[in-house]
Amino acid sequence: MIMNGQSTAIEFQGAGFRLPDGRALLTGLELNIARGETLVLLGRSGSGKTTTLKLINRLLDPTQGRVLVDGKPTTEWDPIRLRRRIGYVIQEVGLFPHFTIEENVAVVPRLEGWDDERIHNRVRELLDLVGLDPARFATRYPRELSGGQRQRVGVARALAADPPIMLLDEPFGALDPITRREIQEEFRSLQRRLGKTMAFVTHDVGEAFLLASRIALLKDGRIVLLGRPADFLASRDPEVVAFVSCLRSPAEIVAAP
Amino acid sequence: MNLWHFLAAHRAEVVQLSLEHLFLVAVSTGIAILIGVPLGIALTRRPALSKPILGFANIMQTVPSLALFGFLIPLNIYLFHVRIIGGIGARTAIAALALYALLPIIRNTFTGINGVDPAIREAGRGLGMTDRQLLLQVEVPLALGVIVAGIRVATVIAVGTATIAAAIDAGGLGRYIFRGLRMNDNTLILAGAVPAALLALAADFLLGAVEHSFGRGRRRLNRRHAVAALGAVVVAVVAIVVFTLHSGASRRIAVGSKDFTEQVILGEIVAQTIESRTGLPVERRFDLGGNLAHDALVAGEIDSYVEYTGTALTAILKLPPISDAREVYRRVKAEYAARFHVEWLEPLGFNNTFAILVRGQDASKLGLKTIGDIAKYAPKWRAGFGQDFVSRPDGYEGFVRAYGLKFAEVREMDLSLTYRALADGQVDVIAGNSTDGLIARLGLMQLDDDRHYFPPYDAVPVAREETLKRYPELRAALAALGGAISLEEMRRMNFAVDGEKRAPRDVADEFLRRKKLGGGG
Repeated sequence: MIMNGQSTAIEFQGAGFRLPDGRALLTGLELNIARGETLVLLGRSGSGKTTTLKLINRLLDPTQGRVLVDGKPTTEWDPIRLRRRIGYVIQEVGLFPHFTIEENVAVVPRLEGWDDERIHNRVRELLDLVGLDPARFATRYPRELSGGQRQRVGVARALAADPPIMLLDEPFGALDPITRREIQEEFRSLQRRLGKTMAFVTHDVGEAFLLASRIALLKDGRIVLLGRPADFLASRDPEVVAFVSCLRSPAEIVAAP
Repeated sequence: MNLWHFLAAHRAEVVQLSLEHLFLVAVSTGIAILIGVPLGIALTRRPALSKPILGFANIMQTVPSLALFGFLIPLNIYLFHVRIIGGIGARTAIAALALYALLPIIRNTFTGINGVDPAIREAGRGLGMTDRQLLLQVEVPLALGVIVAGIRVATVIAVGTATIAAAIDAGGLGRYIFRGLRMNDNTLILAGAVPAALLALAADFLLGAVEHSFGRGRRRLNRRHAVAALGAVVVAVVAIVVFTLHSGASRRIAVGSKDFTEQVILGEIVAQTIESRTGLPVERRFDLGGNLAHDALVAGEIDSYVEYTGTALTAILKLPPISDAREVYRRVKAEYAARFHVEWLEPLGFNNTFAILVRGQDASKLGLKTIGDIAKYAPKWRAGFGQDFVSRPDGYEGFVRAYGLKFAEVREMDLSLTYRALADGQVDVIAGNSTDGLIARLGLMQLDDDRHYFPPYDAVPVAREETLKRYPELRAALAALGGAISLEEMRRMNFAVDGEKRAPRDVADEFLRRKKLGGGG
């Protein structure tokens, strides 16, 4: 158990979430995310993926069971301290439109009270890391950037205070397919260099296979299958099959009757 | 005299009134911002409160301004020993204007913050911002354009509404408008209305520019901006506190008047008599609209003004009309002593009753002499009556019943507009005042009240008992005015001001000198 506590970053113990009107979004979730692992939460819209993420950084509290971060239930964490240890990238990016790129990336370091010099250097470092030239982009505003560039800023902002855990909610969902593929490749190499614990939500099975150490497939708020990509190809579960069939190659699609 | 010449000749006064106007608008809007923005923010945190609070602000906006003034004057609300609401003057005007300005500011703050993209709010929370940090660094800066738009609307409304503040002696450009209406002088009306409209346009333009610069989300609320904005608002609030302390500081005899020419002349006559006979300093609080002079007297805001027996009997005491003049005087004197601790002094000597007026040429063409004579023409005539005449118990309703009249149309308008309407042929009969100087000037004919319908309206100075007790010389000074002014003299003085455009102060002074009563104001 102690060993487990050291190697497990996030642990769901029978965690569930129910809306005040009684609708269950998530039921009896049992799931461990190991340190340095990228766990992809896969599923259709409304399957409970985003709810799962929000239970980790306490944007929601479980109505059933509990969620442990670094061995401590989230309900015992101060939500502000907890969130500053966890990088968060959301689907619509959520950059602050009245902040420059530099100011956006600097939000958490500034909240943490870093000095200006350190913040300045960190912002430059991060923009380089996500492939944006600081000299060109630091003083611009979000609306002056393309979707892909904004998404990179979103990742840089989440990484700013070097949090051990990253939550990513369909971060590349709104990009065109080519930009998306480029950014996925870059993200994969970033992932290897940084070695962070990541929970990554997507409904794109290709993205899941590309980035995941393990995949949890959710349906109607429950886990259908939890395993490595290879386990998915072997499964006969209809929901798994439905997702895997999306992976067909262009040749197969053309050949189909 | 055209508007341009007038403004050029009265430059200093126009600037003074414009500054008073701006002061009223700036302080009241500043207070509304200090209350409205935090309240709007609080509502975003407690949405259950939004219905009652926005509902209250909504209702405040629909209350007519004179009614709101009348409601606020008798109040005595103190904050740290400083009276913040109540009485006549800028204090109450500012309170009323601030109440009007609240709705757009609360509503825009509320909707502006609620309108912030939920994804942005969630990103802020997810990054570990506290509610306070989220509010100050993200929500308020992003809502600033909408909030400033609300302040802009509130300011423009305040510039307009502040003209009415002149009715409670709060100053501002409304003074020209009220004076112009009273004297039937379009130039004077425009001299108030045009600068007020320009102020409104300027405020709209300036705040529009501010709104635009925030609305794009380009600027954010950095510390320097926030401190500057807060500083400006605090300065405004300090200004009102100083102003309020100052206005209540020195003890003088305050003489009031209602908001028509005769009252201002009588106010001057009373004021100058007190000054020359007692040497006490006199503060003039003239041009109080409606029954505000009475409210102000009872509230201790003024010490004396000239009231009419009939008005006191029916409009203030709500008693049925009585036609015997001495009986009316006895009755109001007793009632005022008991109810208000206010004393009726010696009658001035004239009776300002309702005068039923027609155009002179109509009177001679149709041979009209008495009110009874118009009964057969009335069904084809349009009548124009002041709000006062229409609503009071000794006014319109009893009048048409007593004479069996039925008009084709009855138009209710401001009393001061009825003379012009009659002279221009827009109406055929009006109810004016028997002492009005315009009767002669516009060639109008007063019809005889042959059935003695209208009760007597003897003009009498009234004064607070408390003040008379403290300054016994005041009673003697006012007693000297007993029986001193005849109907003819009053008409002449009214005409000197309304017709010859002379200053009420000079007319009063000249009268007092001629009657060897003193004078010299």
